[in-house]
Amino acid sequence: MKWIQRLGLDAVLLPLVGVFMCLIVWSGISGKSVTTKTKDDWGDVVTTTKRTGISADLPGPMETWEKSRSYILNPLAKRGELDQGILRFTWLSLTLVVQGYLIALVVGTPLGFCLGLSKTFGKMFDPIFQILRPVSPLAWLPLGMVLFLSAKIQVPGFGAYTASELAAVFTIAICSMWPTVLNTAVGVRAIPQDYLNVAKVLKLSPAKTLVKVLIPATLPYMFTGFRLSLGIAWLVIVAAEMLTGRPGVGGFLWQQYNALSYSHIILCILTIGVVGYALDRLMSFIESRLRAA
Amino acid sequence: MPWTGLCRLSNLGYAPLNIMAFIELDHVDKGFGPVWNRSEVLSDLNLQVERGEFVALIGYSGSGKTTLMSLLAGLLRPDRGEVRIGGKVVDGPGYDRAVVFQNYSLLPWLTVAENVALAVDEVFRDFSREQRQEHVAKYVGMVNLTPAMDKRPSELSGGMRQRVSVARALATQPDILLLDEPLSALDALTRANLQDEINRICQEEKKTVILITNDPDEAILLADRVIPISAGPKATLGASIPVNVPRPRTRKDINSCPIFKRTRNQVIQYLVQSSSGKKVEISKKLTMPDLLPEDLSVARPMFGGKARPRRRSEQKRETVEVVS
Repeated sequence: MKWIQRLGLDAVLLPLVGVFMCLIVWSGISGKSVTTKTKDDWGDVVTTTKRTGISADLPGPMETWEKSRSYILNPLAKRGELDQGILRFTWLSLTLVVQGYLIALVVGTPLGFCLGLSKTFGKMFDPIFQILRPVSPLAWLPLGMVLFLSAKIQVPGFGAYTASELAAVFTIAICSMWPTVLNTAVGVRAIPQDYLNVAKVLKLSPAKTLVKVLIPATLPYMFTGFRLSLGIAWLVIVAAEMLTGRPGVGGFLWQQYNALSYSHIILCILTIGVVGYALDRLMSFIESRLRAA
Repeated sequence: MPWTGLCRLSNLGYAPLNIMAFIELDHVDKGFGPVWNRSEVLSDLNLQVERGEFVALIGYSGSGKTTLMSLLAGLLRPDRGEVRIGGKVVDGPGYDRAVVFQNYSLLPWLTVAENVALAVDEVFRDFSREQRQEHVAKYVGMVNLTPAMDKRPSELSGGMRQRVSVARALATQPDILLLDEPLSALDALTRANLQDEINRICQEEKKTVILITNDPDEAILLADRVIPISAGPKATLGASIPVNVPRPRTRKDINSCPIFKRTRNQVIQYLVQSSSGKKVEISKKLTMPDLLPEDLSVARPMFGGKARPRRRSEQKRETVEVVS
């Protein structure tokens, strides 16, 4: 075991062992198709396929792979609106997420600054934020639909937005905004008095104080907020796509559930997990870069 | 002369002539907190400082030294009385004063040059870019930090950070330099070095300086006049003690100088007297050990039970009364 550690292989091997153990449990509880051939009373051969196992309808790892192969190996294929390669679906979902997320940042960061800087603003709006914060995306989406019911917005370069798309973007934005708002506010409140004294003694204008002192001092907190927000934005996309039936990872998942094609649900879950993890890594990479700079 | 007119007036029996000092504190009171829980920090402060003078204010920690500095810097307003500089009532920070704070107060995301430039850009708006850069370089050079121009504060030692802070203050070319315990966070050797450096710069620049400190030696080494602050609460200023040690003063000479010793005794005597009889309440958190020992007089039960060492996770507040 010593030499494994010395070569640094344990960083690769141990996760693999973990994955392998999970696969064993998975195949243990999943069902298998058993095909039996019997002769009926007339002597004809009748084949019957039955699923057996602890959870009979849950496809096992190998079955999932067999059924999902075409989606993974042809990730950019487009056979129909709701039958595309997995990367295409991911891309569709990501574009929506990015739009909602950017709106959340643009709206949330200034809100956070106001909340942190002004006690009056804080007292006025903090209760509202606290009440809106725990509302589930599933609850926001219908409201978004109502809001944009008759809206059809043309954005040059992006094409037309339908009501359901606008509702999805709205839901993502409003759900993923809160970590940014609250973390920014905490960051602003945590700015040491020393820095503010420097700004006061040098009589920096409010704009310059913001750019030179407040924003750099709050940046680490802001980024924590941004990172949490991105996580939530990605979480919300599935719910949004399920309800709107829009093509994307979440929409595909729901459609395949309705089509009784259970392997693809697992494929979607794994894809969502991997993409979410990648996004989180990306944010933490940007964060470390900014901190080093 | 603007005040000859006043002279004539006073000869006629009007208000007595009062040639105003450069910096004046006039019956200044300052306290904090709401009425029901008020702590009066400073009471009835009077101070006159002439242009070009180096005054050291010395007092115990907690006697409101930093509050006094904030009043002079314009970060705080007095409750009663007036702070006047050059005859005008101070109603906010201004470029005629520069402050060196106790804990450096450098912005950690800016380099040394940028920290100084932040002040320079703000004060000398009509300078060209090159002039400003030159100006920054000059003052960074004055505190001997030219090699560290592009370093961030986190890469510097405490003494170097404080020098940057001094450079930032000097670069605004203020009339008055306010030094708020600038050296108290440093180790003894760095402290001595920086004292010499401040001494040199102040002699070169000929500014009006107010130094706040808790070190009598430092005060006497640097200042023309030492003013003790009585122990708080309701701290006030004592009679000023002139330092008649001739300049240039060096640390070596000063230790054997009889005037230095006498002045030092005077200062310390005042400080000790002012604090005698005052009770200082210190409230501090005492963290108790986190384990309760097992009670051995109780027979240990077979399964479970309570007779085992337990965690307490308790913090106890205790008020200690110190009478000096």
